Amino acid sequence: MRDPDAPTVSLVYLARLREAFGQAAERVEIPPEVTSVSALRDWLAQRGGVWAAELAPGRAVRIAVNHALARPDTPVRAGDEVALFPPVTGG
Amino acid sequence: MPVRIQAEDFDVARELRELRDGNRAVGAVAAFIGTVRDVNDDARVASMTLEHYPGMTEKALAGIVDDARSRWSIIDALVIHRVGALAPSDQIVLVGVTSAHRGEAFAACEFIVDYLKTRAPFWKKEQTPSGARWVEARAADDEAAARWTSSSEPAS
Repeated sequence: MRDPDAPTVSLVYLARLREAFGQAAERVEIPPEVTSVSALRDWLAQRGGVWAAELAPGRAVRIAVNHALARPDTPVRAGDEVALFPPVTGG
Repeated sequence: MPVRIQAEDFDVARELRELRDGNRAVGAVAAFIGTVRDVNDDARVASMTLEHYPGMTEKALAGIVDDARSRWSIIDALVIHRVGALAPSDQIVLVGVTSAHRGEAFAACEFIVDYLKTRAPFWKKEQTPSGARWVEARAADDEAAARWTSSSEPAS
């Protein structure tokens, strides 16, 4: 059973990343050292496989925290919705 | 709300008429319409699907319109972006801007399109003879958007 008081964030994957990861969203408990967008990305990459490939340094990944485009040093806190996606191609 | 995400097509004439409806201060209407090409990166495009990030998309577009309002003296602005399945020649996006004079309307319209293409969470997936593929972002779009933050920003 998950500890209901554990710090969790909602992760959302879009477009190519949703297909690569095989899921559109998940809720994860984040360890204490994951306090920023860049730390979250590195932590997810440690899952290996497609996670390591898609989130490797140098791969163009955009991240939004609570629906606003984030920078690598943007804080990530419990309860946040963090979305990972490729560079956008609308218009 | 000057921002709409929808699967249905839109009527450009009606949308622009409503944008300036009854406002006699309007002296200029600038509009951009993006449409689906039948060829992209040397491959024939049979159809495409547009995906977005509900919740963020509306916020991102509204933020871009607010940014345009703070940079130019415009009267109103409208963004309609379609999602879902689209075919070549279909309309994808409409950006309309009204102002007293043409300069503000032209500039704000181009700015909104440039920022939309690099900051609004939409993604295109094309169906081609060799299979489906996600459209790659273009460096030229980043360069177009970057013009608005450089020191050579066009005077309003």
